[in-house]
Amino acid sequence: MFKRSYYVAFGLVALLALLALNLPDRTAHKVKLAVNALYLPMFGLAGSFQGLLEQVSVLVLPRRTLQREVDTLQRENDELRLRLAQFEEAWRENQRLREALQWQERIPWRVKAAKVLGQDPSNWWRTIHIDLGSRDGMRPNLNVLTADGLVGRVSEVGFTRSRVLLVGDPGCRVAAQVRETREKGSVMPSASSLDRLVVELSYLPGTAACRPGHTVITSGDGGIFTNGIPIGTITEVQTNEFGLYLEARVRLAANLNRLDEVWVLIP
Amino acid sequence: MNWFNTSAILAAAYLAVFLESHLGGLRLLLGAQIDLLPALMAYVALTSGLTTVVLLAVCGGFWFDSLSANPLGTTVVPLYVAGALIHYHRGLILREQWIARFATAFAACAAVPFLSVLLMLTMGAEPLLGYGSLWQWVVMATGGCATTPIWYLLLDRLNHALSYPAQTEPGFRPDRDIKRGH
Repeated sequence: MFKRSYYVAFGLVALLALLALNLPDRTAHKVKLAVNALYLPMFGLAGSFQGLLEQVSVLVLPRRTLQREVDTLQRENDELRLRLAQFEEAWRENQRLREALQWQERIPWRVKAAKVLGQDPSNWWRTIHIDLGSRDGMRPNLNVLTADGLVGRVSEVGFTRSRVLLVGDPGCRVAAQVRETREKGSVMPSASSLDRLVVELSYLPGTAACRPGHTVITSGDGGIFTNGIPIGTITEVQTNEFGLYLEARVRLAANLNRLDEVWVLIP
Repeated sequence: MNWFNTSAILAAAYLAVFLESHLGGLRLLLGAQIDLLPALMAYVALTSGLTTVVLLAVCGGFWFDSLSANPLGTTVVPLYVAGALIHYHRGLILREQWIARFATAFAACAAVPFLSVLLMLTMGAEPLLGYGSLWQWVVMATGGCATTPIWYLLLDRLNHALSYPAQTEPGFRPDRDIKRGH
């Protein structure tokens, strides 16, 4: 049998773990943030190091390459400005029509850029940490996205940092619809796939006409995600085992494997 | 207890958890992140005292859970169980042999995630589990085991370089001195 010291040590460890596991959610969240704060210097250091590396890489790059990049960006900028002017006109028209029909006014998106500090070290959750907290106006359930599409939602907010649940995490289910057919479903994690960019669109009606290549966007149902944010593209459609509804495999538009910067949508 | 050794081990655990959170290259390549703490625990259990095992389980577990979405305290007990079992049987383990070091690290790396998930499921949490998790478990066990030499070479060397060597007993004993000429 074990010596007494092992039992005493186990008792202490188990007591501490039980205390931590049984803390009320709010207190556990605060304790977690306090422990988490120990890593602030490391994240700061890593950020500075990354910045230094970027500066060095700019210095090393030949002038010709940089000039080419500036030209490309300038061209892209001109094109986007043209498009923006076009969209602004459409937006005004939309507002006028909504006013005429007495529909609720559509609020334009306001976004805030955030740097990704780190990922969840465990394999059974999909979360990231960003460098915005309550001092920057963060609060739970704010939508997080990139230029390509939806990333997830804010779940825990600290003073200077927040945790974001990524699309594909068991705690982040998204009410979605297929843009082309307007059929609605729910985006769930795909546990069978190791690819973090693949999720499942479930509970589609059995008569749904969606097919591979169609785009999935947020539907706005459920009140958490704003409607119209691109989620991904359907790659496969199949009937579930009882034939009650359809399930589709969706490849996410945002590359969750290479997230350096994200945008938080502030309503 | 050698406090320098314990501090170095805790600093290594702190860094290991940070690296797991910050570096995602292996996750991209293999589909799973390697957990470095169980292999470190196996090293600690074979080379240090029970107090260091407890400290590593508590600090390492809390640090890991604070950066993860795990309920706080989930990783503490699995780490301690793995460490205490190896520590208890260390008299029977040929700890100078690399094969024994790898075997203990592999066992710890396989047991800790399994026990953590089991604990979470018992508490009603819903972690992302499926057929893919089996592959992730294999990667975590073998990958974690592959980091064994890092801990032994790095921490052993650091310990040897910065701590006083153990005092050895001199061969001379006054009670065994043969007095002559009387």
